[in-house]
Amino acid sequence: MSVATAETGIIGGIAAKFRTCPATGLKIDLAAEKLIKANAVAAVVFLLIGGLFGLLVALTRWPAVHLLPSDWFYLVLTAHGLDVLLLWILFFEIAVLYFASAVLLSCRLATPRLAWLAFLLMIVGGLMTNVAVLQGESSVMFTSYVPMKAEPHFYLGLILFAVGALVGVMVFFGTLVIARDERTYEGSVPLVTFGAITAAIIAVFTIASGAIILIPTFLWSVGYISHIDTVMYKLIWWGMGHSSQQVNVAAHVAVWYAIIAITVGAKPLSEKVSRTAFFLYILFLQLASAHHLLVEPGLSAEWRIFNTSYALYLAVLGSLIHGMTVPGAIEAAQRKNGFNNGIFEWLRKAPWNNPAFAGMFLSLVMFGFLGGISGVVLGTEQINLILHNTIYVPGHFHATVVAGTTLAFMAITYLLLPLIFQRQVIWPKLAMIQPYLFGIGVAGISLFMMGAGTLGVSRRHWDITFSDATVTFDYPATAFLMMGLNGIFAIVASLGGILYILITVGTVFFGKKVDASNVVASLGPMPEKQVSGAVHEYGSAGTWHLPGTYILVSVFFLSFVLYYFVNWKYLSEVWPLS
Amino acid sequence: MAIHPPEQTIWWNERIERGELVWIGVAFLWGVIMFSMMVYWHIDGKQNLSNEAYRIDPGVFEQRTEEFTKKFTVREDKNTGYPVAKPPAGGDVYMLARLWEWWPMLELEKGQTYRLHLSSLDWQHGFSLQPTNINLQVHPGIMHVVTLTPTETGSFGVVCNEFCGLGHHQMVGRIYVVEAGKSQ
Repeated sequence: MSVATAETGIIGGIAAKFRTCPATGLKIDLAAEKLIKANAVAAVVFLLIGGLFGLLVALTRWPAVHLLPSDWFYLVLTAHGLDVLLLWILFFEIAVLYFASAVLLSCRLATPRLAWLAFLLMIVGGLMTNVAVLQGESSVMFTSYVPMKAEPHFYLGLILFAVGALVGVMVFFGTLVIARDERTYEGSVPLVTFGAITAAIIAVFTIASGAIILIPTFLWSVGYISHIDTVMYKLIWWGMGHSSQQVNVAAHVAVWYAIIAITVGAKPLSEKVSRTAFFLYILFLQLASAHHLLVEPGLSAEWRIFNTSYALYLAVLGSLIHGMTVPGAIEAAQRKNGFNNGIFEWLRKAPWNNPAFAGMFLSLVMFGFLGGISGVVLGTEQINLILHNTIYVPGHFHATVVAGTTLAFMAITYLLLPLIFQRQVIWPKLAMIQPYLFGIGVAGISLFMMGAGTLGVSRRHWDITFSDATVTFDYPATAFLMMGLNGIFAIVASLGGILYILITVGTVFFGKKVDASNVVASLGPMPEKQVSGAVHEYGSAGTWHLPGTYILVSVFFLSFVLYYFVNWKYLSEVWPLS
Repeated sequence: MAIHPPEQTIWWNERIERGELVWIGVAFLWGVIMFSMMVYWHIDGKQNLSNEAYRIDPGVFEQRTEEFTKKFTVREDKNTGYPVAKPPAGGDVYMLARLWEWWPMLELEKGQTYRLHLSSLDWQHGFSLQPTNINLQVHPGIMHVVTLTPTETGSFGVVCNEFCGLGHHQMVGRIYVVEAGKSQ
């Protein structure tokens, strides 16, 4: 629909223009829509830049290729972390927050001008830190551990970016207040919005931690503060660094629920259970800073055990619950859609040729099997001794942040393009294979980095052959093979990433306009019953029987238990230490 | 659907299906088991991180390591010229990290227990003992004392696995482990 048909609502003396979404019947605030577009576009631009840096990193770590010289390698590695882990993800998350508040609640966005200010601050901050890194005097890695020092504008850019993100989060909260005040929805907020609220609450904690550590570090870099304690820095920096990954988890789980709602008509099995699982994130995820302090000097075992396990693995419990309720909701919906034969017809006949669904399901499986299991193993106090700072660590977080979050965000893009940008995805055939290409690439990257890490290969290391070192050491040949395979799969993932960017940008500029006549078709292939039932109607999951989900969850659980104890076995074989 | 408000306004009173409850129970119990494993390993496991650490001035640590090296050096390493210190079994051992080396090299005896003192003189470094695969973070200003018992003989690399600037990848140290009563 175009602006011409927009209606103007004046509520509380404030005018806002809306259009009605032909697919969902939701009222979409045009100011919110513009902001969602701007943030999503910025996100994709930084994904492109950061992704290419990532490819250069992988090609340098492929021993046979060894592309970049060492100083460039460390520079590019710093920029890679910055651009994809921070800028791509946070810009996209701000877009998701505006979508989950203004759009899903049919509400006007609170203070669009402040939201633009937030956007501007994030852009200026992001560019400033990028410039600092590219100037070459701030190759301190994304983590910038003191007392290694970057240029002051490296920290200043991060601070400005964080302030911008915080303002964006506040706009989100403001919008929730307005929606409630103006009664734009009935009852409780939708589950997806609830997940977004979870993400936003953790984001406030995250950004506060960032401010507490980055402001003094900035002052230290310009000479106003003489000393920053190295362990304290890590504790608080990771209050930002790790908790922000939990923002991603909450956001991408919310995105999973949104995608399955739209593509197969899935309804949460139980609102109570899914919301409690999100709530567990809020209560316990912030303890995760300890994951980075498991082999530091001077912290007690009690402190480490309590914090690294999120009290009693209670945040992991949240993810394990979603790990069952998300596929369960799909199974229940698919059985209602008529695929009720046998144990797995619902899964076989899921819309695998819809990139939104395919990307979401791959994200779910890989986040659970690769990212989730490895994360718990890595975060086990003693097992960390054999994995800390090995390339297992990036193996783990590429499974969570790339296979999990990034792939989920790519998947929902295929719905946002028709719904928000109102354009039909160009090259539907290529779009269909994009999630698979990217997913296979990322799965390879994660697995082979984890494999090499298990063999002791160091992360953030330019040359594991030690060709120019005085003292040398030979890693096993298998480790070299794994690093080579990592490079090959990084190329596959890059192809998937480039394809995503081409499709997205191409669609925004050249996609066919979407209107009421073709909007449902524009969302991609879906189960027939779901299409005929129209997207805005929903059924009740009701009483269900989900044998397929039980089997999938059992396979997952057994893999988890097995892999967990295998790593204890590895640990028991290393030199005794106490 | 998840993108709409809950169908039942009073959703918190809805019944939870048995399958879901069973999975929550299993997942919770698994969390308790994983938590207990870490506690159990402190009681009965042999690989635990030492809590023993002291604030120390980097200059003081450097001096102590030099005294230690002077006292116990048995030879110069063949190709590199690094001093190799062989402390008495069961004794205190020092190794310092600085841009970009581990110093000195050590020679330890298999089956003997040593108190390894680790600290950095400048930035953070990562003590990654390979191929046995033990990884510790090394901070400046903090001396970490770790009790270590080599269980195999050979030449072991100490790779720095915390990024420490442009020469990071050249920072490798060595620990030799020999049979008790013998030397390399």
